Amino acid sequence: MSSAPFALRSKLRTLADHGATAVAIFSTVLVIAPLVAIFIYLVYKGASSLNLDFFIKVPKPVGEAGGGMANAIVGSGILLGLASLIGVPIGIGGGIYLSEFGRGTKLANAVRFTADVLNGVPSIVMGIAAYSLVVVPMHHFSAFSGGVALGIMMIPTVCRTTEEMLLMVPNVVREAALGLGVPNWRSVMAITVKTASPGIITGCMLAFARVAGETAPLIFTAFGNSFWSTGLNQPIAALPLQIWVYAISPYDDWHRLAWAGALVLIILIVLAVSLVRYVTSRGVLKGAS
Amino acid sequence: MGVGIEVINLNAWYGTNHSLQDINLNIPGNQATALIGPSGCGKSTFVRCLNRMHETNPIARVTGTVRIGDVDIYADAKPVEIRRRVGMVFQRPNPFPTMSIYDNVAAGLKLNGYSNRRALDEIVEKSLRNSALWDEVKDDLRKKSGASLSGGQQQRLCIARALAVDPEVLLMDEPASALDPVSTSKIEDLIFQLKSQYTIVIVTHNMQQAARVAEKTGFFLNGRMVEFDSTHKIFTNPSDKRTEDYITGRFG
Amino acid sequence: MHAVVTFHSHFTVSLNLVNVNVPEIRISQVQLPQMPDAQSPKAEAEPAPAGVSEVRKFLMARGNSASADRGFAWLMVLCAFSIFGIVILIASELIIRSQMAWNKFGIAFFYKAVIDPYTNLPSYWDPVNEHFSALPFIYGTLVSSFLSLLLAVPLAIGVAVFLTEMCPGFLRGPLAFLTELLAAIPSVIYGLWAMFVLVPLLREHVNPFLITTLGWTGFFGDDNPTGLGFLAAGIILAIMILPIVSSLTREVMIAVPHSQREAVLALGATRWEMIRMGVLRNARIGIVGAVILGLGRALGETMAVTMVIGNSPVIQRSLLANGSSMASVIANEFAEASGDMHLSALMELGLALFIVTIIVNAIARLLVWAVTRGAPAQVH
Repeated sequence: MSSAPFALRSKLRTLADHGATAVAIFSTVLVIAPLVAIFIYLVYKGASSLNLDFFIKVPKPVGEAGGGMANAIVGSGILLGLASLIGVPIGIGGGIYLSEFGRGTKLANAVRFTADVLNGVPSIVMGIAAYSLVVVPMHHFSAFSGGVALGIMMIPTVCRTTEEMLLMVPNVVREAALGLGVPNWRSVMAITVKTASPGIITGCMLAFARVAGETAPLIFTAFGNSFWSTGLNQPIAALPLQIWVYAISPYDDWHRLAWAGALVLIILIVLAVSLVRYVTSRGVLKGAS
Repeated sequence: MGVGIEVINLNAWYGTNHSLQDINLNIPGNQATALIGPSGCGKSTFVRCLNRMHETNPIARVTGTVRIGDVDIYADAKPVEIRRRVGMVFQRPNPFPTMSIYDNVAAGLKLNGYSNRRALDEIVEKSLRNSALWDEVKDDLRKKSGASLSGGQQQRLCIARALAVDPEVLLMDEPASALDPVSTSKIEDLIFQLKSQYTIVIVTHNMQQAARVAEKTGFFLNGRMVEFDSTHKIFTNPSDKRTEDYITGRFG
Repeated sequence: MHAVVTFHSHFTVSLNLVNVNVPEIRISQVQLPQMPDAQSPKAEAEPAPAGVSEVRKFLMARGNSASADRGFAWLMVLCAFSIFGIVILIASELIIRSQMAWNKFGIAFFYKAVIDPYTNLPSYWDPVNEHFSALPFIYGTLVSSFLSLLLAVPLAIGVAVFLTEMCPGFLRGPLAFLTELLAAIPSVIYGLWAMFVLVPLLREHVNPFLITTLGWTGFFGDDNPTGLGFLAAGIILAIMILPIVSSLTREVMIAVPHSQREAVLALGATRWEMIRMGVLRNARIGIVGAVILGLGRALGETMAVTMVIGNSPVIQRSLLANGSSMASVIANEFAEASGDMHLSALMELGLALFIVTIIVNAIARLLVWAVTRGAPAQVH
């Protein structure tokens, strides 16, 4: 048998191998490039628009230069605080159920599946639900409804990450607590949850960072507010919401503010994600294994 | 003072697996009783029935009577109450990873609401002395975490933690099997000392260990208790051929 | 024949040696160590206390906290059930509030439109005359989503292949971190960048090029000079779903056991052949799941889309035309909806969006779960 066809096939196969590698590298570059471009552009446009005024002033009336987004920053803080109040306890409770009480049961599997599916529901639908639940009975937009919308979004995420972290606690730790005659609820809270708490906290931070940038659910709940407002009963400004309103407006000055706001938002989110990564890479359970 | 344990017709299941069949025996108080047998024979399951830890597994089931002192632990009491009277030391040392040495020893009390600080200090010291760990850790009680000790020290910490709640019975499930020989011998010394205050039931793979520390020994095989007698008799003149086969190393 | 085995006991106070004569088949002599004196240097034991100690008394009085345990367990169950509660809540609210539109238009809401008698053109979304049809929004959602899939999936798989099989170790961490960052950027910031960078780019350079080269296909008309439209939405959506499709694909690829890779390599395959036959073939169900998950995300994406799609409720074949998607019209019109029927129609759109994304996400999760079963899950 002559070796020529074999050699040709072999060359083609090597060519295909190199080609595939090239394509893979090319795709990676193509993917990373816009990301880098976005970041650089954001920093460039945002930094030049950021000044002290941004953080301490409220927006000026249309047409006037200057002003800031102080009310939006504070508003976001209030909304996120409210959302965490709703989302974190319920989410952690759900995670505790999945890990400590329902492990392996069909019910727990259903809860877990539903939580994952809920995570994929568009956030605007959550906003509609909050609108229906809160805005309609109250007859007006409010910070409270915005907090509810964001809080509902946090629950599935916090629930799943809490479950994951609790599952990492070795069973022998639970047995040690039970063996001492510690009541089950005390054992779960003071031992298991406490051991997993670094991981649980990072999970909450992830959920926090995710809802911090959400705009859609706030459009018809918190609604936005060009003035200083901290009451839970009134419409309130929020950073991502303000960015959107300014971006689609025809005023250059507001565009400038939008870029500055975007930069602030992205810095906060990058900080949160990096912190989460740092903590999880160091090992969330010190000495538990 | 330790109390005796009376076991009557104990049966245990893991799901459909009948892991313990018709166990009957009387464990004397203030003595050490060893339980020996090959892997999977049910001795660990048995001790976990004595402090109602077996039923923490959702597919586990127990029937029969276990009387500790004069309390039927299944009929007359709740698991949490029993586990305060019957302490357990596990095969692998399992100190609470987020707690200091002090907090580990005090855990059984603090988590049950005991708040008298001065009394706690005394109890912690006493328990650590009783488990031969005091001298090694007395300067780092609150500074070092429980998990930063060596394996043998961790196991003695677990013993101290179990002793701090002043149980009447101490169950030890192969307490030295994960430890080096030096730590093992320290633990065996401990058992000797603790016998005078507690009833000790020790599961062991190591027949020489049983011979060294226990007055009575029970031989388990395939979920049944084959023979239960004084250690001397078990190791020199066992009544059952299966016992003899095991101790001479024919199997297991 | 006797062999003598000597155990050394460590009780220096009393007994030094335990002599055991071990015959070949029988242990004949075991001398048990006797009880040591009360003062052993190794352990310090206090004499047994008479009566019940204070600790024991305290613990016996504690009770069994059965009710506290029960209450706690129920509280946790309640929290878990809140997940079901949320789904039921959303569904019921949407159904109730879309009743009005449903009663008026029926199922035809989703496939029919009123023809405007003056222009003989379909009028899809007319709040003034209360004619509402979901057609342009369904069209816009589908077009922009599938366009984004077309652009994103090959790239995402390429990135996943590179990161999992080809990437040098030191790069893997930073690159994975970068993809994670991509996923964390909020939609509104993508939209901002798309409005001010992508759209002008399309307007000035890309669209004219496409019109001249591909205009004959009919998909690239020249009547929209703004740069907004389906193409802009498709591109920014592609950028947004890339990280999730890529990282999920990586996950399913990693879940393929090494033995599969080794088996193919042992047959003399090149690296690409190993990837193709040993990894991708085994992971293809999971990759399909990852793609469907990306689709689910694209279907519901709101802010970035509404900022660049043009928000025009018409159906046009040209990819460069302005359009609208279900999520974007809700975002645009909800807050100032004119009239109850308008709001109800928007609610019905929201309900459709909700049902579709739930189904798509459920299918995707099932597929991914089928492949990574057993491997630790990650939250996306």
